[in-house]
Amino acid sequence: MIITLLYYLLTGFIAVLMVCNLVRSKKWQEEILYILVLMPFLLRLLRLK
Amino acid sequence: MSANIPMICRKTLISLSGLILLIFAGLSFYKSRHLKEPVVLGPAVSRVKTLSDYFEGIRGSINDVNIYVCEGPQPGGTILLLGGTHPEEPAARLAAWIFVENAKIKQGRLIVILSANRSATTVTRLGGGYPADYTIPTSWGGQTFRMGDRWSNPLDQWPDPEVYIHYPSRQELAYVDIRNLNRTWPGRANGTLTEKTCYALTQLIRQEKVDIAIDLHEAELQYPVISTIVAHEKGQDLAAMASMMITGTEDFDIGMENSPYALRGLSHREIGDHTDAISLLLETPEPFLDATRGRTDRALLLEGKDKFVMKAGQHGLLFEKMDENGWPIDVRVGRHCSTVLHIADLWSEEHPDLSIKLTQIPRYADVIHNGTGFYLHNPKHAESGRLYFE
Repeated sequence: MIITLLYYLLTGFIAVLMVCNLVRSKKWQEEILYILVLMPFLLRLLRLK
Repeated sequence: MSANIPMICRKTLISLSGLILLIFAGLSFYKSRHLKEPVVLGPAVSRVKTLSDYFEGIRGSINDVNIYVCEGPQPGGTILLLGGTHPEEPAARLAAWIFVENAKIKQGRLIVILSANRSATTVTRLGGGYPADYTIPTSWGGQTFRMGDRWSNPLDQWPDPEVYIHYPSRQELAYVDIRNLNRTWPGRANGTLTEKTCYALTQLIRQEKVDIAIDLHEAELQYPVISTIVAHEKGQDLAAMASMMITGTEDFDIGMENSPYALRGLSHREIGDHTDAISLLLETPEPFLDATRGRTDRALLLEGKDKFVMKAGQHGLLFEKMDENGWPIDVRVGRHCSTVLHIADLWSEEHPDLSIKLTQIPRYADVIHNGTGFYLHNPKHAESGRLYFE
């Protein structure tokens, strides 16, 4: 249970990093990439997949 | 600041596109996970218990599943039928459904579980391109079932370890199989969800004094354990007799294999070792599971036709025949129904005091002739209190 909670925290942390990178990025190709990579992290945090 | 406006607009547009994708994907996953499958209780179902009645540690979890207890007027033996150990093998669940909705019992008891690993029914294989569900046509429209996967949903059990060490043998197995209900027998009271589920099922077998536990499965054609009954040594005679009887009297062949001593965690090994029950596992062919399959869609799941798997067969890579007729779902469900009936009949002949006499269950030829959907009942016509959901 504790390990599961830590994994969710880790997932949230990486999702925040991804959003930060999206905001800072200046290339539209990278922005699309960040959004696509972010999606499975959000789906797991929302407990949908 | 004004130079940044186009960039802000672009980021907003890309983020909104992502959000739309997320909403559609999320809704699809949510609907699939929460799809309700109706079960109309047949005439023999006297009680519906839950798995937590046998082990408190599973109460309230997704795997606190329904246990359908079918009883006859005379006491006798008890058969446990496990469907949904691997929900991506739909003939197993559908055959179990037919037993719950149709069986009449003259003597003994039949205990049926439709979703032994309900968690695994709520997810499909990651990256597998599986359909989310499938529909069996019926005279009243059709009944839709969740597709499911081989392993418990990571939403219910996560993360996986680097190596899965089976309890109590301490054998090292593939990491992902810690979520495989057919690798975690006999289970552990303080283990993972999947281990707890097996522990609860083991308690059920002990407390209900089950004589024969039958675990229903399907297998890819490139896997050597196919079209067979895998039997614990306690059930070798019964399985061998069933194999001969079926081959002699039905329109299909089925083999018999011994449960290996060295491979731990499987139902046919651990139920036999840790309880008084005879443990048997039945396999039918399912081309949908083959690695060399083509498009992984509902048609392949239900019709079992695939030119790539057929090609593999032409190159001698399969352990079962594969032609243009494929392996339709009715054939696979019918095989399971007939095999269970033969096992019950043979057991009853040998053990008159522990007989299990089942009627109203279709045999192989009946299922092929009428279709699986013929034996699924319209939930709208269910009597009060006789409708359950999986």
